[in-house]
Amino acid sequence: MQKKTLIRFNTAGSVDDGKSTLIGRLLYDSKSVPLDQLKNIENASKKNGYDYTDLSLITDGLKSEREQGITIDVAYRYFETTNKKFIIADSPGHVQYTRNMVTAASTADLSLILIDARKGVLSQTKRHLFISSFINIEKIIVCINKMDLVDYSEKIFNKIVNQFKNISEKLNFESIIFIPISALHGDNIVNKTKNMKWYSELSLLDILNEIKTSPQYSIDNPRFPVQCVIRPRRKNYEDFRGFAGMVENGVFCSGDEIVVMPSKISSKIKKIFFGKKEIKKAQKNMSVTITVKDEIDIGRGDWIVGNKNIPVLKSKFNVKIVWMSRAPLINKAKLILKQKTREISVLVNLILSKYNNEDFSLKSKPNKLEINEIGEVEIISSEPIFFENEIINSPCANMILIDNLNNQTVGACVIGKNE
Amino acid sequence: MNSLNYLGEIESEAIYVIREVAASFENPVILFSGGKDSIVLTHLAKKAFYPARIPFSLLHIDTGHNFPETIKFRDQFVQEMKINLQVGLVQEMIDSGKVSEENGLYASRNSLQIDTLLNTIEKSKIDAAIGGARRDEEKSRAKERFFSHRNVFGHWEPKNQRPELWNIFNTRKKMGEHFRVFPISNWTEINIWEYIKHDKIQLPSIYFAHNRKCIVRDNIILPYSNYLNLGEKDKIINMRVRFRTCGDMPITGAIKSNARNVDEVIEEMQSFNTTERGSRFDDKRSETAMEDRKIKGYF
Repeated sequence: MQKKTLIRFNTAGSVDDGKSTLIGRLLYDSKSVPLDQLKNIENASKKNGYDYTDLSLITDGLKSEREQGITIDVAYRYFETTNKKFIIADSPGHVQYTRNMVTAASTADLSLILIDARKGVLSQTKRHLFISSFINIEKIIVCINKMDLVDYSEKIFNKIVNQFKNISEKLNFESIIFIPISALHGDNIVNKTKNMKWYSELSLLDILNEIKTSPQYSIDNPRFPVQCVIRPRRKNYEDFRGFAGMVENGVFCSGDEIVVMPSKISSKIKKIFFGKKEIKKAQKNMSVTITVKDEIDIGRGDWIVGNKNIPVLKSKFNVKIVWMSRAPLINKAKLILKQKTREISVLVNLILSKYNNEDFSLKSKPNKLEINEIGEVEIISSEPIFFENEIINSPCANMILIDNLNNQTVGACVIGKNE
Repeated sequence: MNSLNYLGEIESEAIYVIREVAASFENPVILFSGGKDSIVLTHLAKKAFYPARIPFSLLHIDTGHNFPETIKFRDQFVQEMKINLQVGLVQEMIDSGKVSEENGLYASRNSLQIDTLLNTIEKSKIDAAIGGARRDEEKSRAKERFFSHRNVFGHWEPKNQRPELWNIFNTRKKMGEHFRVFPISNWTEINIWEYIKHDKIQLPSIYFAHNRKCIVRDNIILPYSNYLNLGEKDKIINMRVRFRTCGDMPITGAIKSNARNVDEVIEEMQSFNTTERGSRFDDKRSETAMEDRKIKGYF
């Protein structure tokens, strides 16, 4: 099996900043577009009377996307270089489809944020930037696109970089890289361009090849949300009772002391299985089955955790939220909150604040949150959720809200510091 | 300590999704065609629940136009895996007058599968159908969620998909609606073959080089069979071929190949510059052939 690192990244930015064209160009210039697909988009471009082959058609695969020349929903593409594998999620830029951009960003390690060099930072750029920060993406690459339309001007590039830095300093990104490009002409995408000799850094593909995402991996704070219980009821396995799930953080080894949440009953790990194979330890992102020494009550929604730093139980807490429903969120709304495999009825007790999308300032106690607005709310839950203050990127932190009248996913929540 | 390698990561991701299905639905099935993707999917399901048996049945929507090798493989596979097989027959739908057969040179039963599938889902009260579709196969499949909601008509609404955040899946639905679930969304064709190699998974013989009577139509090599309507220009020739995908005989194109085993197939793939669906007649009907069928309820 290959030992290439996997990086998942998404595109972000306003409508027509060239996100899909950039991905198309990246795939095309790195020779990752199969010939039959290339032929299809060449034919489609010709049929529509375009002057050139529209590379955005590589990811804009839906009929209505091609008709309108926009991206509506996320398209996933796959490509690899000599040392990395990439899963690309190409996001829509329209405000109307912000929920799909959040979908793309939620599984990304890294965001490519595009800016049209003629327009600079737009309102939708800020929204996407804020969402990337909300979702705890640590690294972003800011691609200042359409440099060909501003005579490849270093001055304009620097102006946008400064404009961007003024805004992004209010958010917590670990690293921001800026690169001037033209997705349409392929400047600085796979190869360095001669059109911008003043830019001495790497091409986008080389940046992606070099970039290190933070180790997804630590030994501490093992977390294992139980998905289901394995009871074979077949010969030789009469007493087998295994707990199936994916390790969300840390490492579990056979013999480890564990605690079951929310009952807080302690036990020890007896065995760990991956399929038929018994293994000694299970690491992050592995789907395994765990058996424990004692006969204790463990079911779907419970978590098996290490016996140090166990999560706290909380029934009243504050979360940051992106609201994604056309019907606004109002105080006292009753919803369903899903924390990994746990579903809990909750009450939105109070909308504490909402962020202004232009300058990220806070407005206190608004009476509602409209679609695509980001704010902070106080929640009271019918059963306690698991919560950890000290662990960065804790698997407890991310939750979704569901409206049980129409079953829609209406909110994305991230729990931050709570008293 | 090193982190999981790529294949290990997408394997665990798929198992996670399969387990979410088992935990969230009453009556799920695995859509099984006898092709490599649904075979890999069933192996993943076995791993997900071991030592318990797979808690789903397999559902095969049978057009009656299958490769005989695939049906033989299917029946053996079901016995070995100790899994229940449910079959939805397109022929039954034709006989009862619910759908009608296509005519002409390009006639196939491919799109008749949609009604048969939806009919079976409704009749058997299936609330989740797990499929082996992958996002790298085709441009509208690139847009799919892991958990894809279908309304009471069984239709997909590509412009109005639910947000899907992190790996927290909203599986709620109303009576009569169902979900299509795609655990191997993030796998590519080469990943499937690497996994087949790694786990020593058996496949129907059509995936490896063999001699076969074929015709060449519109630059696509089609296997000769009684199900194919021959035109005046169609000439039957003997060729050494294999198949990259497994659909009905009248729509599944072959490639010329000498790859006799998994290693040789993987080696051969390094030189490919077309997608595996590039030789499928069902996708060639229009630019949006797959999306149009998917909206109506196709796999």
